[in-house]
Amino acid sequence: MALLNIRNLVVEFQTASGPFRAVDGVSLHVNEREVLAIVGESGSGKSVSMLAVMGLLPWTATVTADEMSFNGRDLLKMSPAERRKIVGKDMSMIFQEPMASLNPCFTVGFQIEEVLRFHMGMDKAQRRERAIELLTQVGIAEPAERLNSFPHQMSGGQCQRVMIAIAIACNPKLLIADEPTTALDVTIQKQILDLLVSLQVKYGMGLIMITHNMGVVAETADRVIVQYKGRKMEEADVLSLFESPKSNYTRALLSALPDNAVGDRLPTVSDMLFEPAAGVA
Amino acid sequence: MSIKVVEGKNIKRDYHVGGGLFRGARTVHAVKGVSFSVDKGKTLAIVGESGCGKSTLARIITLIDPATSGELFIDGNKVDIARNGLTKEMRRKVQIVFQNPYGSLNPRQKIGDVLGEPLLINTDKPAEERRDLAMKMLKKVGLGTEHYNRYPHMFSGGQRQRIAIARALMLNPSLLVLDEPVSALDLSVQAQVLNLLADLQDEFQLTYVFISHDLSVVRYIADDVMVMYFGEAVEYGSRDEVFADPKHPYTKTLFAATPRADVASIKARLAKKKAA
Repeated sequence: MALLNIRNLVVEFQTASGPFRAVDGVSLHVNEREVLAIVGESGSGKSVSMLAVMGLLPWTATVTADEMSFNGRDLLKMSPAERRKIVGKDMSMIFQEPMASLNPCFTVGFQIEEVLRFHMGMDKAQRRERAIELLTQVGIAEPAERLNSFPHQMSGGQCQRVMIAIAIACNPKLLIADEPTTALDVTIQKQILDLLVSLQVKYGMGLIMITHNMGVVAETADRVIVQYKGRKMEEADVLSLFESPKSNYTRALLSALPDNAVGDRLPTVSDMLFEPAAGVA
Repeated sequence: MSIKVVEGKNIKRDYHVGGGLFRGARTVHAVKGVSFSVDKGKTLAIVGESGCGKSTLARIITLIDPATSGELFIDGNKVDIARNGLTKEMRRKVQIVFQNPYGSLNPRQKIGDVLGEPLLINTDKPAEERRDLAMKMLKKVGLGTEHYNRYPHMFSGGQRQRIAIARALMLNPSLLVLDEPVSALDLSVQAQVLNLLADLQDEFQLTYVFISHDLSVVRYIADDVMVMYFGEAVEYGSRDEVFADPKHPYTKTLFAATPRADVASIKARLAKKKAA
């Protein structure tokens, strides 16, 4: 059974010039122990659709869907209080900018323990013990001392590790990583991706990887969804996507990779009319 | 014979970190003796992780900061801004494009003024002429004259980076320093900006110092590659030499860390996963 199942998700924002449709009829599902990558350029609605699943969109957004269920429970009919019990516990998210998403006023220890306090109801000693365990898991040296550090005392890669520690604190069933490595160097990117994949294998989580980096997709994903302007262009397993892309948008995107450059100039993704691959949409 | 546009000999840069009540002053060696040279119309790529001194080197080449020691030649003339200061003449020769197109443009300045300002400061061209030049430059970088009176927030990231490139080119520099110009951009937009840079290089015989940590971009654009690690140039050679036969262990790590998007490596990964 699918862990997360979404059918025909539509997200609209109320703007001064009328409603703007950011996500237009996207359907997707993630199974347990599966890595799904959602690829698209900025403005393709990939982050917004996941924020809608988490219920983190501002009030200006209207979310409608034929079905949105997590682990057999309907997320659309749930009260906000019930939903908060799931979000951050069974389903958690890692955000793009590690420096900006941690609270600069609190130590990282406080921020990890906060999750444990709300969702797991642990007492102080248990929380501290679990926080140290988590920091060790994500590969931070001297975890006990590091708990007392503030985010600004850590590097970008370390902050991202702390974010991951917070996200996996309650052993979630589904982890959503929103461009987890975009702000990081290649060497750190490699470490973070390896960490995420090893944690995913170890705990059998479902993992949704939102990215615009085709290299990251190639290195991590089992299955890939390509999105463009709020619509799903293609869905395929990773090998067939790279071997024989069906949608012309995916082909354009792949040929824009500097790795695949032939001749003097790179082919670009211009504003031609892109069609979803047959059988999607 | 090719002309060397920029040459550095044994450039060093130290930063003094002031001590406080409980801590003595220390010196950070950000760049430890780097030598390089770039010929006219060529591209030197500087690769390295954050904190390895590549941006410090960029600031020295752009004549923003003086080097602590070492010699810098631009167009064959020795430049020492710590001793002799900087003339307008020198300033026009080197221009820089910064990493973040959202942060490097003044949000309250119209695009026309952004492009006209280098001319206003460094030349005595009348307003009419500045306007014409700015209009021409907008077309060159693939924008339109209708963009002249708009503000930066009305543009996308790729368009802003085009504006930043246009601003750098207003003074007809011979050397352009690009500090991670495409790291903040999407794949498709990145390709457009890289193509623009290649077009401009062909048209004006520009020389680029291209700073990046993305090896796939470097492999595409560079003629020569320098790999920096903790302030030292650990590897320096032509692109094909460096990519075919990396010598320093750090360069090898860097190559190993770069995600590969070819079918063969995906197959290998999936096979490994199935076996586990």
